[in-house]
Amino acid sequence: MVKMEDIGARILAGDHQVQYGQNQRTKIKALVVDDNMINQALHRTLLRNLGIENHVVGNGREAVDVHCSGRRFDLILMDLDMPVMNGIEATKKLRAMGIQSTIAGVSSRSVDENIQEFWEAGLDDYQQKPLNFPKLVSILQKVNHSV
Amino acid sequence: MEVGQMQRQWLDYTKSLFLEGFLDGQFLQLQQLQDESNPDFVVEVVSLFFEDSEKLLNDLTSALGQQSVDFKRVDAHVHQLKGSSSSIGAQRVKNACIALRNYCEEQNIEGCIGCLQQVKHEYNMVKNKLENLFRLEQQIVAAGGSIPMTELGF
Repeated sequence: MVKMEDIGARILAGDHQVQYGQNQRTKIKALVVDDNMINQALHRTLLRNLGIENHVVGNGREAVDVHCSGRRFDLILMDLDMPVMNGIEATKKLRAMGIQSTIAGVSSRSVDENIQEFWEAGLDDYQQKPLNFPKLVSILQKVNHSV
Repeated sequence: MEVGQMQRQWLDYTKSLFLEGFLDGQFLQLQQLQDESNPDFVVEVVSLFFEDSEKLLNDLTSALGQQSVDFKRVDAHVHQLKGSSSSIGAQRVKNACIALRNYCEEQNIEGCIGCLQQVKHEYNMVKNKLENLFRLEQQIVAAGGSIPMTELGF
């Protein structure tokens, strides 16, 4: 039976024929940036089920601070509407700091609604909430290709 | 009641919740995330949702009862509730929140108050339904059976 973690590793390996063993796989690290507790729990569990190490913060300011402290992530799931500092501001600041991680905007706004500003702040991908397994897999394929 | 009967009851009840629109596909996503390493995920997340929602509904009632209503504040609360209900698949609550947000944008106090009643009504219904569902699950597990998730067929 195929385990979810193995699926995660294969997505990261892309179409390569290389077999990633448990101990050879570099664990991908993700940062969840969202002020809603239910979304935090959901995004954390989606990531964990795919074998992805994750850290959670509650707004854009905390996302910037965690990078200032030296931590780096392969993937950042960035909510848009948050108190203190929103997703647009946080994305701009992270890019200005030279952070090249894959940043995926995750918001309840549909693609028609005004998310142009969010994209222009420096996103690599965007998915409308609620986040689920197929949407996260789609995001992860972007992480693979940008490396 | 023997396990087989309880499992059939669980299947029928779950299907009815989807058919009647109380839950949507997102709830199935939550169920799929539950496994041996995370056996109580759905109950945990839904409990978080109940706690969070009750607080938000109180805040909304209070905000709409003010002499001078702060619609930005009301909108922020509804946004949170819409987000949470959407994330767990509570479709009717989410839709009621969308309607409330529209009245909020129009700054229509009467409309908001009426709509908030609808949101509360939908919330109480889905809370009741989910508590029934979890109770059925507990009974099945207590009787030594397992929840027949894969037999849902969707």
